[in-house]
Amino acid sequence: MRAEHAHQGFLNTAPVTLGETAPDGGATGVAVAVRVGLFTDTDPPRLLGSRCQACGRHHFPRHDTCPYCAADGALPVELSDTGVLWSWTAVTIAPPGYGGDLPYGFGVVELPEALRVVTRLTETDPSRLSAGQSMAMVVVPVGVDDEGHRVMTYAFSARDPR
Amino acid sequence: MTDVDVAIAGVGIHPFGRFADRTITDMGVTAVRGALGQAGVGPGGFQAAFCATAYGGVASGHRVLARLGMTGMPIVDVEAGCASGGAALMLGAGAIRAGAYDTVLVFGVEKMPKGMIRSSFFEPWQEVSGLGATPAYFALRAQRLMQDSGVTKDHLAAVVVKNRRHGVHNPDAMFRSEVDAAAVLTSRLVCDPLHLWMLCTPNEGAAAMVLTRAKARAGAGSPARVRLGAAVLRSHLPGSVLDESTPMSGLVDESVPAPSTLAATAAYEEAGIGPEDLDVVECQDTDAARELLSYEELGLCPPGGAAQLCDEGATALGGRIPVNTSGGLLSKGEPLGASALGQVVSLVHQLRGEAGHNQVEGARLALGHTVGRGANASVVVLTR
Repeated sequence: MRAEHAHQGFLNTAPVTLGETAPDGGATGVAVAVRVGLFTDTDPPRLLGSRCQACGRHHFPRHDTCPYCAADGALPVELSDTGVLWSWTAVTIAPPGYGGDLPYGFGVVELPEALRVVTRLTETDPSRLSAGQSMAMVVVPVGVDDEGHRVMTYAFSARDPR
Repeated sequence: MTDVDVAIAGVGIHPFGRFADRTITDMGVTAVRGALGQAGVGPGGFQAAFCATAYGGVASGHRVLARLGMTGMPIVDVEAGCASGGAALMLGAGAIRAGAYDTVLVFGVEKMPKGMIRSSFFEPWQEVSGLGATPAYFALRAQRLMQDSGVTKDHLAAVVVKNRRHGVHNPDAMFRSEVDAAAVLTSRLVCDPLHLWMLCTPNEGAAAMVLTRAKARAGAGSPARVRLGAAVLRSHLPGSVLDESTPMSGLVDESVPAPSTLAATAAYEEAGIGPEDLDVVECQDTDAARELLSYEELGLCPPGGAAQLCDEGATALGGRIPVNTSGGLLSKGEPLGASALGQVVSLVHQLRGEAGHNQVEGARLALGHTVGRGANASVVVLTR
């Protein structure tokens, strides 16, 4: 994985640090977000979206301009950390630019903000998932960048795995 | 629309497949020569050229026509993902209808990288997160189709079996052997519910056609002359999380029409027909579920009716509305820039009665459909 993947174009800010620095004080063990501005560094984590002040609709990732009505000045909001599963699969072959574990879950979760979000899923066996089941947001590692940072992205996990 | 009709005076194709010893330009030359030869058009015989390609690079069209010494006219490369050929056709036909030209060359060329398609469409963070997995989006659409209708994995396999059976008789297809459902369902699982054989392969190829201006209602002309009833391109409307624009989020709103529906509705209106009038269809079968979804989006069946249409055998050769008699992308493979025009070449053969073993008897009205990244959807209606 190329380090610039994790750092490029992120609103000109340094990568956000998630978690503890390694005991030896080196870079190893430092977790960085795959992109700044996607999700919070909190427990539980939350996706960072926006709500349009003109039409009231939500979108993710965050943009100042509403992708539905083109109004500027969309309000930054933290989206709900729980939702229900709407569609799902598992990816068994590494797609271009991906260096993380295989297989990995992949799906769409419906949030209470009437928003459907494309996301990784922590469940790698699609047969263990079903429509409408309750999901919660988590942050997961997707590899290590050239500087030894653990690269983190968002995912959803079943709240009551069956 | 206007009193100008657009006729397809000649078509040409370079087979779809993998050709290590042929450049993208070589393949384009083959297709263009075929179309020009059939139309009886030589140097100086067309006033504009539109070349569809997504991966061809700068001046792909110029490189083909320079090889033939046929330059000087405007040559425009067109990119609209899987619908690139439909976009080029729309531009060429529109220019003729507007009175700008009498004869236009439209062609498409592609030589795709192998494996999962890498697209500049996704941002680096999406790729690193594993969200750049194109087949996974197909799988999520398939899963929803299965949730929302009677479609099962057996239907997905049935689409593959049908198209591969049709493809046996298409000399320009990449895969020309029949497969059975058990083999499809035991091929490698890529993204549940999609197995490897349910996914079309990106590949190489070219297709071309000559469009000419023809006065409507003139009454003359050969009965086998194929006319372009409509060539429509549409993009997506915002809101649908799983449409081919592959956004990271969408609304809880089932009323957003699919880009293919937008294109089909406009094409039916422009051609003055309805889906019930069609004799033969080529539709986007990037994956097996995509074909079933297309039945609904094109109005070949009511919403939720794709499984029944499949069960009835209506879309197989000999059925009520045969779909992908060429073998579809599942047999031919998908060279993006050439695929929509390859459909048109197959449909022209059908309307001329030249489709051989796969001929739909008496076919008079045909539809070609593509949809892909952008989102871009094209619908072409042909008549004779």
